[in-house]
Formats: sequence, structure tokens, C-alpha cells
Amino acid sequence: MTEPRVGDAAVVVSDLRVVRGGMEVLHGMSLTVQRGTVTGLLGPSGGGKSTLMRALVGVQIVESGVVDVLGLPAGSPDLRHRVGYLTQAPSVYPDLTARENLSYFAAVLGAPASDVDRVLAEVDLTDAADRVVSQMSGGQHARVSLAVTLLGAPELLVLDEPTVGLDPVLRSDLWSLFHDLADRGVTLLVSSHVMDEATRCHRLLLVREGDLIADSTLPELLVRTESDTVEEAFLKLVGAGPAGANGDR
Amino acid sequence: MTWRITWATARRALTQIRHDHRSIALILGVPTMLMGLLAWMYSDQPGFFDQIGASLLGLFPCIVMFLITAVTTLRERRSGTLERLLAMPMGKADFLGGYALAFGLAATAQAVVVATLSLSVFGLDVAGPAWAVVLVAVADALLGTALGLWVSAFAATEFQAVQFMPAVIFPQLLLSGLLVARDQLPPVLEVVSMVMPLSYAVDAMKHLTTSPTVGASLWGNLAVVLGFTLAALVLGAATLRRRTP
Repeated sequence: MTEPRVGDAAVVVSDLRVVRGGMEVLHGMSLTVQRGTVTGLLGPSGGGKSTLMRALVGVQIVESGVVDVLGLPAGSPDLRHRVGYLTQAPSVYPDLTARENLSYFAAVLGAPASDVDRVLAEVDLTDAADRVVSQMSGGQHARVSLAVTLLGAPELLVLDEPTVGLDPVLRSDLWSLFHDLADRGVTLLVSSHVMDEATRCHRLLLVREGDLIADSTLPELLVRTESDTVEEAFLKLVGAGPAGANGDR
Repeated sequence: MTWRITWATARRALTQIRHDHRSIALILGVPTMLMGLLAWMYSDQPGFFDQIGASLLGLFPCIVMFLITAVTTLRERRSGTLERLLAMPMGKADFLGGYALAFGLAATAQAVVVATLSLSVFGLDVAGPAWAVVLVAVADALLGTALGLWVSAFAATEFQAVQFMPAVIFPQLLLSGLLVARDQLPPVLEVVSMVMPLSYAVDAMKHLTTSPTVGASLWGNLAVVLGFTLAALVLGAATLRRRTP
């Protein structure tokens, strides 16, 4: 069931199996993400969302299957400055200021120094730029980490719960930013367990217990499950089991 | 290896140290205080202070840099920054080289301060030139850095990382010839002491204590210390994985 390489697909995953700690956590998952779209990766925690994202970025040891990103095998050296990755826990240096963190990561990526001010503005941290990260609030800390992924000119952003713990205004601003990026041709894969964020995505991937149980747009999903909300649709799909999904076992 | 990335990493590590005033005070102050204490203890037997003073001058930077590196690298591994860096165009040699450069500079500052005070204020008398004393101290510090990097792979918490210091450094210290001359150790222990890098660090300092010239024996011992340092860095590099389970 190898899928043909589609010209405008940013991500092609085919029959991906991942084993962690002796347990199979992804059971032969297949999916495609189109370029220039915002795709939501939804599902309960522990379902394999983060593992899938780690596989796309090339930091996860995979058991079998194909993971192609921007036309290259995931983890290829050429991809390292083209893919931005946000881990679930903020991964920046707490003993440095936001600006020092960003300057460092910009240097590693070979991004211009002017990028630092741009991304600080994009995550609304310009005023806090010279504060040490460990003295920031949790939301600010998370935004410094998010800002790192926006450095340079990434073509694919893999964001693991970028809006968790943020207030509604900021969350809305970030989703606008995600759409601006997508309009410029950037592909975004955003995981969330906040179901209402699904309304901001072009396409939804629902993952549960290592299986893809839905791959569709929100309206399609609601029609197919005869539901009014994503939450309801999700609960119906969970009750129905993996049947009827694109990612069959 | 990309020089831009190595240099950026070294600058970043130094900026982290710069933000941490208490650590700077500890790095510079503790070995100075211990050397002063030692000079005071042996104020009636200056010959004995001269005998072990230089060796200890080489051991302090090794121990301090071991601890700093083990804890710092462990933090990188556990906080996700290492994973993030390795998903970027960061080479393992850039990462290790950056740290070796930054901590090497910090160790140089430490060695210069402690050696200067020991030689001038505390009355430490060595036969060899002062610059050679500093050079050996810096080599010892780099050894500590490399060992700390490697050991950090086996520690799950900072508490464990600190516990590795007595496990890795103390046996070397006991067998280094500081307490009992190595050729007077039981034969098995003498052989063991030959494969321990700190033995050569102490030998190098002992050479400077008694010999006014910088000879082949000093360079030989320094080369062995640097060889162990490189080996530990290679082992450390092997523990940095881009893909993890």
C-alpha cells in the first residue's frame, strides 16, 4: 500500500510502525499532508501524536514503514533547516534571556540576525525579549520555544501542542499566524487535544491508540458521523472503533 | 563540523555561565580557598606544600569541570534542547567542540587565577615555568570536561551525575601517586594506575615541581592526558544520538 509520491504533498507516511519500550505505539499508520495547509492532529494523550511528530522530524527510531518529508526521507541532513519542530515541553535554555536563546538557535540554523526581532514580534514577546526565561510565566516560556521554530524559513512546521496553557486572545493570534504562514506556502502540522481548535484547521487527522481513525475536513467529519461538534464526532468514532477510517490496521 | 555553529555553542555556554554569578564565584573561589588552606596547614613545612601543591592545582580544575559538564550536558539531554539541536544542522562535533571550547576558556581563567595566587600569595614554589603549570591545569580541566560529557549519558538525574564524581575521579586520585608513589603500589594497582589519565596529570605536575626545564617527559605526560581527553570525547559523541527510541 505504498502511496505514490504526490508532487504537492509535504508529508507522505506509509505503513509506519513504531515500537517504544517494547510496546507498538503506531500500528502501520499511513497519511499524507498537503503543502500550504494547516493540518490538525487530534486525539487523546498517549495515542501516538507526539511519536508520529518525532518520526516526521527524524528523531524517532522507527520499526518499519516509509516517512517522506518534503520529498526526502525524514531526518535527512538537507531537511534540518527546512523543518521546524516544537516539542511538547518547552525546550529552550531557562538561564538565558529570550533574545539570547533565539540568537543562538538562529546562529545554529544560519538564519539572519534580523530574524530574532521578527519572531519575537510574531509570538508577542518583544517587550519581554531581555528577560531570563526562568523568570517568565509558563505561557511566555512556551512562546520562546515556539519562536525558535519560526526562525529561518522553515517549509514544514511540526508543532506539538503549541497553544497549551495560553490565554484565548494569544491562542487566536497564534492561529492567525499559522494561517498567514500557510498562505505563504508553509505546511503546518499542529497537535492539540483542545477539540475546538479543529475549527481552525484545513484538515483533521484523528489518532487514537496508534491508529488513524479519521482523515478528513471538519465538515466532512461532522456529516459522516452525524455530529454537531468535533468532540461528539470523536466520541462516536472512538465508540465505533477503527473501522471506517483511512488508516486501517 | 561548522565553525559558525561551534563558536555559537561556545558563546552560548559562556553566556550561561556569565548569568550564573554564584557559579563563577565557586569556580574561582573554591580552589583558591583550598590552596590557601593547604598553604596555611603546611606553613611550618613549606617543602611538603611545594611537593603536592602543584599536583592539586591540576586536580581542582579537573574535578570542577567534570561536575559542571556532567550536570550541564545532562540538562541538555533531559530538557529537550539537545533533541532540538540535533534536529537542526548541528553536528555532534560542533556540540562537543563548543562545550570543550567554552569550558576550556573557563578552565583557563580558573587555572590562571588559582596558579597566580598560589605562586605569589601562598608561596608555592615550583621549579618549572608558571605558564607550564597553567597549561597542565588547563589540560586537566579539559580531561574533566570530556569525562563529564561521557558520564552524563549514564545519569538520569542531576543527583546521579554528581554521584559519578566520586565514582570516576576518586579512584584515579587515590592511585595517581599523590598519596603513595605509583611504583610503591601493589603490582596490580600499579598496572591499574597506568590506564588512569589522572596519573599522567599528576606526573606532569610533579615534573614541573622538581625540574626547571620543560622536557620530553612533560610533553609525553601532557600528550597522554590529551589522548584520554580525545578518547572520552569520542565515547561522549557516541552517546549523542539523533534518533532515540
